[in-house]
Amino acid sequence: MPDLSVELAGIPLRNPLLLASGIWGESGQSLIGAWDAGAGGVVTKSIGSRPRPGYPNPTVEEFDSWGMLNAMGLPNPGIAEYPREIRAAREHGVLVIGSIFGGSAEEFARLAREMATTGVIAIELNLSCPHAEGFGTEIGSDPKDVEEVIRAAVREVKVPVIAKITPNAADPAELAVAAERAGAKGISAINTVRGLAIDTTLARPVLAHGIGGLSGPAIKSVGLAAVWQIYRRVRIPIVGIGGISSGKDVLEYVMAGARAVEIGTAVAREGVRVFGRIAQELDRALSERGTDRLVSLVGAAHRGFEMPTADFLP
Amino acid sequence: MHRIVEIEDRVLETPSTVTWRFPYAEPCAPGQFVMVWIPGDDELPMSLSYTDGPSKGVTIKAMGSTTRHVQSIPAGTRIGIRGPYGNRFDLTPRRILVVGGGSGTAVLAPGAERALRSGAQVTCALGATTELELLFAKRLTAAGARVEVSTDDGTAGTPGFVTAVVERLLAEGSFDAVWTCGPEVMMRKVAELARSRGIVGYGSVERHMKCALGMCDACSLGPYHVCVDGPVFRTETLLSLEEFGRTKRDPSGRRVPL
Repeated sequence: MPDLSVELAGIPLRNPLLLASGIWGESGQSLIGAWDAGAGGVVTKSIGSRPRPGYPNPTVEEFDSWGMLNAMGLPNPGIAEYPREIRAAREHGVLVIGSIFGGSAEEFARLAREMATTGVIAIELNLSCPHAEGFGTEIGSDPKDVEEVIRAAVREVKVPVIAKITPNAADPAELAVAAERAGAKGISAINTVRGLAIDTTLARPVLAHGIGGLSGPAIKSVGLAAVWQIYRRVRIPIVGIGGISSGKDVLEYVMAGARAVEIGTAVAREGVRVFGRIAQELDRALSERGTDRLVSLVGAAHRGFEMPTADFLP
Repeated sequence: MHRIVEIEDRVLETPSTVTWRFPYAEPCAPGQFVMVWIPGDDELPMSLSYTDGPSKGVTIKAMGSTTRHVQSIPAGTRIGIRGPYGNRFDLTPRRILVVGGGSGTAVLAPGAERALRSGAQVTCALGATTELELLFAKRLTAAGARVEVSTDDGTAGTPGFVTAVVERLLAEGSFDAVWTCGPEVMMRKVAELARSRGIVGYGSVERHMKCALGMCDACSLGPYHVCVDGPVFRTETLLSLEEFGRTKRDPSGRRVPL
């Protein structure tokens, strides 16, 4: 049996398949459900300072099989209330990564400090929500802001800090470099891609918020490209996210440079059974390749790769 | 993906309940729900009160300010529909006791009709605050069900709660299944009564919903998601859940009393 275990920022994981933030993360029992179904770890919903209902519905539009658009608006019960859910999951032995979002470096630092007391194995900073005014992309698009936020959070906690960066910036790799410089122990890439759906009968956006974030198979190559470019610029581990729904998808991300992956939209289609299925597919794919250990393939596609030049002919 | 349809008919069922009929060709089963988008306002989960034929229907009770406003929307208005979502009632039992509290009967009526058409015996116990609020008593009688009613104020049928009627019906006759939908305190009592007689029970439950796709966790109930694992659950399952009849989650995910 090939070995699927990986180490992420010093944390041993039984496999690289993590439940993505925002999916099934509202209750401790749901986190337990994902873990029992075979996830290597779970990332919580992004938690903020105060309870937040999110945007009114419609918050989701599903496209045939290629993707999904959402603008939930970061609903969450707030950092005072949420730890009980984490504790329920921790008591069950679940490895939990706590996701937080804030509007300033100070707020991120305070939330990181409180999140660290709940027994999470790492903290993921959501610097990349594409549809929440004052949060996410608005402070996650500038490398200087990213550096300041990470530095403030890292100072407060002993657990590893992971920066979740946006694909909606000119150079996502530049943001990863800034995060590494500030002391992040890992990079999650990517969050959803900014998107819009219009109802042509009504001539209006479908989502109540208008702009949303696109996820699912449609964004896999966007995520892969981000991981690829980040891998060439940083030394800290990368968590690949975007459109993963098969063992082959995971292998692509790993070969592009990811050490672990997060799975979200595929859970909507299949439920948490998806973790067991993907682990099985990954297992088979490694056996077929004759690969003993998944980690030996991290960044494999970079080895020997040289970008060709395409200069003008003389 | 949602579809825009026109409300083709609007029926005032009781002073606080309105039915919308709309063309929707998608096959739907009793127990399932759709997400109904009122453009510019909200999108709400609504169990189907009419599941058969090209025209489907939902029956809306005025509860908060949103549903009150929604009720005033006239026929001809364009709304968005996605779904159907969720599971369905098991229609195989031959002797079914249907227990509806208030607007909960809307969820149960299409299944009762289908069961009756396939030769099942259906007995309905319908409860309401007052006679005028009794929902679908005529519809179910016309479909061939035996209908017993109760009202809190005694204006029709047995005065008091419907659970007293249920207790009597269970003592008088034999049933293979009990279906219920209504206030959760009532459903809990009905579930306990079914359990005491060793009869399998099914209850349809409601929780705040956002994606309806089993993803966002807004409708989590214990280890389940009402949108994909429900809305119909075995009542034995419901009785095992600490939240059932006690708490729900608000839109932020906080647990609040029901």
